[in-house]
Amino acid sequence: MLLQLAHHALGMLSARLTTIAVGLLVSVLAHAAPPRAEVIHWWTSGGESAAVRRLADAYKSAGGVWLDTAVAGSEQARAVAISRVVGGNPPTAALFNTSKQFHDLVEQGSLATVDAVAIKEGWDKLLPEPILAAIRIKGHYYAAPVSIHMPTWIWYSKAAFRKAGLTAEPATIDELFQDLDRLKAAGLIPLAHGGQPWQENILFRAMLANVGGRDLYLRILRERDPRALQSAEFRRVLLTFKRLHSYVDAAAPGRNWNDATALLITGKAGIQIMGDWVKAEFALARQLPERDYGCIAGLGSHVPYIVQGDAFVFPKSADAQTAAAQQLLASVITAPRTQVAFSAQKGSVPIRPDVDQSALDSCARKGIEILKDKSRVVGNDENYLTPDQNGALSDILTAYWNSNTSVEAVQKLIAVALTQ
Amino acid sequence: MTTRRRSRPGQYGAHVALLPMALTTLVGYLGAMLWTLRVSFTSSRTFALDDYVGLAQYARLFANERWLLSLENLAVYGVIFVAGSLLLGLVLAVLIDRQVRAEAALRTAFLYPYAMSFVATGVVWQWLLNPSLGLQEVGRRLGFAGFQFDWIVDPDKVIYTIAIATIWQASGLVMVILLAGLRGVDPEIWKAARLDGIPAWRVYSSIVLPMLGHSFATAAILLLAATVKLYDAVVAMTQGGPGTASEVPAKFIMDHLFGRANIALASAGAIVMLVTVMALLAPVVYLRRHASGVSAR
Repeated sequence: MLLQLAHHALGMLSARLTTIAVGLLVSVLAHAAPPRAEVIHWWTSGGESAAVRRLADAYKSAGGVWLDTAVAGSEQARAVAISRVVGGNPPTAALFNTSKQFHDLVEQGSLATVDAVAIKEGWDKLLPEPILAAIRIKGHYYAAPVSIHMPTWIWYSKAAFRKAGLTAEPATIDELFQDLDRLKAAGLIPLAHGGQPWQENILFRAMLANVGGRDLYLRILRERDPRALQSAEFRRVLLTFKRLHSYVDAAAPGRNWNDATALLITGKAGIQIMGDWVKAEFALARQLPERDYGCIAGLGSHVPYIVQGDAFVFPKSADAQTAAAQQLLASVITAPRTQVAFSAQKGSVPIRPDVDQSALDSCARKGIEILKDKSRVVGNDENYLTPDQNGALSDILTAYWNSNTSVEAVQKLIAVALTQ
Repeated sequence: MTTRRRSRPGQYGAHVALLPMALTTLVGYLGAMLWTLRVSFTSSRTFALDDYVGLAQYARLFANERWLLSLENLAVYGVIFVAGSLLLGLVLAVLIDRQVRAEAALRTAFLYPYAMSFVATGVVWQWLLNPSLGLQEVGRRLGFAGFQFDWIVDPDKVIYTIAIATIWQASGLVMVILLAGLRGVDPEIWKAARLDGIPAWRVYSSIVLPMLGHSFATAAILLLAATVKLYDAVVAMTQGGPGTASEVPAKFIMDHLFGRANIALASAGAIVMLVTVMALLAPVVYLRRHASGVSAR
């Protein structure tokens, strides 16, 4: 009756719309909907969102529907994902770092596994050990890795090196400091640094890897060995870290990492120690590796290669369609072709070595080469430390960097924070 | 008293109308408070757990250098911020009260900072204070080669820059509150003072300002609340740096709540802040109630 009234009132247009609506409803009921994946991530900068579009495109061409939920800031994005899981309205997939960040979710039984994809693709053989260790818990795979970053690359501006009369890139830690001295003498900012705790943490890890070596790196961060924490070698690492402070300009505190990279791009600063995401900044300024800037993974072939990964986790769902969408997503984003397209935009290294490397730049190829040597691969700090321990360590390091605390006191504080 | 107690029509209606608000307060505020208190006695990480560990989180909190520094920073900041905002707000209010021209325009200009998000204005302050971009660089380009204003990168002075920026933001609000109070002063008082030939400053300091007790208390409570929840200014201007030099408790709590997945320690911090606020506000509230009781009689 009501329907008829409406028809009369609104005439043919309404009738037509109703027909269309009913038709749509019927077709939705008749055919299974395509797999829909709502994905929470924090990739919002220019290069990052171009990269995530590659994932979305691949998912669409595999027949899926990608619903993008980008949240600015990694911590915020993870907080949103966790609170939605807790609140009973989980996304289809959420981005985390390959670390302990999502292990609490696993313990709570909130995450679905991607065992089928992992076994079919042979992740055990393909993925670097630290990534596997983060996503494989008690034989089950709880996340699909998408990228491998290396946080402690040493970048240098070729223009600044020319100005300082430097021709070769540093090959040892002593040469690095000699070059910094030469850059300083030439009136340049020797070390472009952004004075934020996480960036100071990167300098520390770079020194732990380059000065301390693989063994000390693992004993400090993985074993949290009290003897190593009190050792003279670790003290040397801390002193070298602090020594870098004398090569930083006065305006460094609070500076963003990309502003530090801009100092290299404009030739005002010589060296920056930062993850391979800086390549996106160089690319935006139309600078090329080897021509305008250089990249050094480590000072010497013994230096460990730190693996910092991103991975998607899949919150459990009772809905079979969601589960299917999750499995499809896990297999699409880890496929070799998606990996190459994504990595070229993101600046990262593909998670698997069996990909076509021609689309990647020379720094990424260096990374892939080093990754083949399993003895050089180590995890990032967040692989071994809880977010809480890592945060406490970061507080101590940034306070040490910015004050005149004695190294002995700092060493004690770190030992307490990590063995707590 | 007996006449008051007699029930009037509409009395229950008012209570019923207030019920949703009362429930929100009970469940949303008091409930959340009790939940936070409970979590602070556990060893919860990402999720709330039930394994009670007594006061262990509080012990850890007060052994944490960053927390202690945060408390110290908050105390220093609070004194400067509350005193500075009250003083500047008072000066602005008195000046505007002297029947200046374009009063409305000035009022808007002074109140404007309060209407803007500090996340945006904080970035502007960060640039202004940055030694290689901002005031220091401008001063040097103007020919003062030795001009130095690098507080924001100086661990010993950075907290003052936060205070300066937030005083700039809050003093407009104080001005409005005090101006409203000044406008409420009986004009007869001014006429009488003029007849007696008393200078204006003397009328303000001895007669008018003592009458503004309520306005000052209101402004002080708002400023104290702003002090305790200080977070956005620090995040926008310094992110707690250099190092941990400008860390504040609210940021410590937020960092541990989310990034560091330690809701138990964050809850302990939140409870300590709550107790501190109650200890600070109790005398103010008591004085206000006491003062109004006196004036009602």
